[in-house]
Amino acid sequence: MSAIDQALNAARFIEDRTHEKYFDALMWSLREARDRSALEVPEWEELRDLASAIKEHTLSNLAQYLEEFEASATRNGSQVHWALDAHEHNQIVADILNRHGAKNLIKSKSMLTEECETRPFLENRGVSVTETDLGERIQQLDDEPPAHIVGPAFQKTPQDIANVFARAYGSDASNTDVVYLAHQMREHTRPLIEKADAGMTGANFAVAETGAVVTVTNEGNADLSGNVPKLRICSVGIEKIIPSNRDLAVFIRLLSRSSIGLPITQYTSHFRAPREGGEMHIILVDNGRSARLGMEKFWPSLKCIRCGACMNTCPVYRRSGGLSYGSTYMGPIGIIMMPTFGIRRYSELPFSSTLNGSCSNVCPVKIDIHEQIYAWRGVMDEKHQVKLAKKTAMAVAGEVLSHPELYRIATSATETSLKLLPRFAIYNDLNAWGKHRETPEPAKQTFHQWYKEHRQ
Amino acid sequence: MQIGLVIPCYLDVFYPEVGIATLELLERLGVSVDYPFDQTCCGQPMANSGCESDSRATEEHFIRLFSRFEYIVIPSGSCTHHVRNKFVAAPPSAERDHVSQHVFDLVEFLHDVLKVKEFPWGEFPHKVALHNSCSAIRGINMASMSERVHDAEFNKPKALLQAVKGIEFVEFARHDECCGFGGTFSATEEAVSAKMGYDKLGFIEASHPEYIVSSDMSCLMHLQGCARRLGTEVKFRHLAQILNGDRQ
Amino acid sequence: MGMREDVLDRVRRNQPSARSRPVVPDFSRIAQANLLKTFAKSLELMAGVLVEKPPDDLGAFLRKQFPNAKNICSAVPEYAGDSRPEDYSTWSDAAKIDVTVVRSPMGVAETGSVLLSEEDLRVNTIAFLAHDIVILLDPQKIVENIHAAYRHPVFKEKAYSVLMSGPSGSADIGGKEVHPAQGVMTLTVILWPEQAKT
Repeated sequence: MSAIDQALNAARFIEDRTHEKYFDALMWSLREARDRSALEVPEWEELRDLASAIKEHTLSNLAQYLEEFEASATRNGSQVHWALDAHEHNQIVADILNRHGAKNLIKSKSMLTEECETRPFLENRGVSVTETDLGERIQQLDDEPPAHIVGPAFQKTPQDIANVFARAYGSDASNTDVVYLAHQMREHTRPLIEKADAGMTGANFAVAETGAVVTVTNEGNADLSGNVPKLRICSVGIEKIIPSNRDLAVFIRLLSRSSIGLPITQYTSHFRAPREGGEMHIILVDNGRSARLGMEKFWPSLKCIRCGACMNTCPVYRRSGGLSYGSTYMGPIGIIMMPTFGIRRYSELPFSSTLNGSCSNVCPVKIDIHEQIYAWRGVMDEKHQVKLAKKTAMAVAGEVLSHPELYRIATSATETSLKLLPRFAIYNDLNAWGKHRETPEPAKQTFHQWYKEHRQ
Repeated sequence: MQIGLVIPCYLDVFYPEVGIATLELLERLGVSVDYPFDQTCCGQPMANSGCESDSRATEEHFIRLFSRFEYIVIPSGSCTHHVRNKFVAAPPSAERDHVSQHVFDLVEFLHDVLKVKEFPWGEFPHKVALHNSCSAIRGINMASMSERVHDAEFNKPKALLQAVKGIEFVEFARHDECCGFGGTFSATEEAVSAKMGYDKLGFIEASHPEYIVSSDMSCLMHLQGCARRLGTEVKFRHLAQILNGDRQ
Repeated sequence: MGMREDVLDRVRRNQPSARSRPVVPDFSRIAQANLLKTFAKSLELMAGVLVEKPPDDLGAFLRKQFPNAKNICSAVPEYAGDSRPEDYSTWSDAAKIDVTVVRSPMGVAETGSVLLSEEDLRVNTIAFLAHDIVILLDPQKIVENIHAAYRHPVFKEKAYSVLMSGPSGSADIGGKEVHPAQGVMTLTVILWPEQAKT
């Protein structure tokens, strides 16, 4: 299987002037909203420190907290299941639905279920699955994966969405008013919600002390999905556990501000037990998380609370578009997570970065994202996943730059230095540099030559 | 005080005038400057590609040349960041630690060590857009970053330049967004790199500066390449050249 | 059962060395006297509507605010309404409700949120499937921030609880919040001291 060529996908996206401009502006506006919102909280940096410390404490005691969560949830009347991988998760969901004869599932947004490809699995088994999150629904109707973990349809302009709804619902394709479009979603999804016989949510957090699954939405669609039907299923990545509600407060104050610059989302919901006469099933999912937990440099990526702030600020993501990564998780957090899902397939992603560090500094849980990106490059080299031409260029560079006389000879000849220096300093591709830029001209004399002439 | 001067490989070949300005400036300030002639590179290009094994010999060579200095000064934020924070290709040693702990960006050396407050020989009566590299801001903390909204604002390159007579700064949007160079990124992800550069120029040029100035020539090399292709007239200078007395 | 042991075993083997648990402070800084002002401002930011004192005639007030409402479901003793939560034994039937009237046991000044649980709602869906929602809130029951909010016993006792902050919205199109989305179209908070229990 070949590696995703993120750079090529990005180049294509940039050629689409309309969408690149729209997307970059939208993402940057979210970054600015985040900045304004953080400014309202004087203890912002202290909250970040706390959030990071709580997550690190929890992850370093994860087995104990998982058991505590299971005990609490079970005491409350919920049923707790465990899934080692995506397939097991999907099978458990299918079995639960099957036992109840449930055929119409409504679900709120869950990146975990994207990761597990739950929807196609269920649809292949005769279950109708309706996404109730507006962004997810748009992507579902358009048969496209999410482009952003918080706003799956952020890459679509209002016109694009009007077109999707026109095709799916027969609405007016020329009406791009956002309120009109939101209304279309409401009108057409409401009947499906009302007749659903099962509801599925993800989990933003799972509280060990209380056994509650916490969802955070603007629309209230997790509340609909979790309350309308009597049968409720919650898919929970094992890294979502936090110890108590006292800890939960820290994350709730950070999440929405980091995400879209609001102090809180409209619905912060706590599902602690099944409703009367109902059933609640919680599926704790590993799917590679325990393996990542054991990676010395990369386990802190498990602190992620899926706010999307890193991608909003990432200058590369904003120009590339979220679909360019070809992966469930994209942008900076995607780069450091995806190689654990497929080292060859995602071997190029760590190079889709300028290592500028903005991501790490907006991350509410202080994941050292750009440093992990750098570390992944080293892993790719060790595991021979670096492209041959680049590797060769680096090997040549390593030789020349460790031998002073060789270096001076190579750089003193104008023609040679023009070919050589860019070749290794910027990877062998004068053609690439020159596509949109003029090449710097080598000086008549190198600094070495000047120094020799004037100072030695 | 004697310092070891590092002139990064790309300045050596493409912008020796920046090296000359750095040397002259330090000498004017009474610093005894040693330029180890056998220097080549700090190893960053190979290390940033993940090819640590290929940067090892270069970094070992660097350590051999510079471990005897109390102050190792480089007119480049990205090289300083690399030597201070990522210098791990060579095996651990007291010399390697010493080098990492005694490396300074030129701005840091002037601002924090020499604490220079005046450049009486300097005059630069022009409108300037100051671009601080991501290495300078987030790597070695030479200026506050927009992400940390509660931090007090500070900007060491600007503080130095403000002491030069006649200089006028213009503000511009997204002032600390990455310019898109990113080292090997500029070729491996050419389209995004160029777009970032074009956008950066757009934001800067909306404020109509005559010059774009930085303490990192690598960013300027990239922006200059973009600007020349776009056909704009804005000029580029390294901070050292202005502090050393260039009038234009 | 095997999967449980498998997952836990892997986690135990791979856990990094133990990091200590931090103590979370209260971050209290707003004077009691200013809580209401802060709540009002936060509610407005989240597109909620504030009514500063109980209307003399709640029925008349509701008819004026919601002229098209035919079915007002009341969960509060202060108002009879056209239906009560108990009338919706099939929870999806709550879609027939035009306006829900319910009392919240707590408001949060920092975020303009109100707390609701099955204790207040009895049928949870009356809070989401209704077209609009009106919430009675005793102004003495406003706490400063989220840290204070999570001390409320409801979170450890109730099967379902929600901090509701303004009417349903979505930022999925263009990144700007629009209302409505899937839930209620409007959210109104009436500051209404709770009657002393007799």
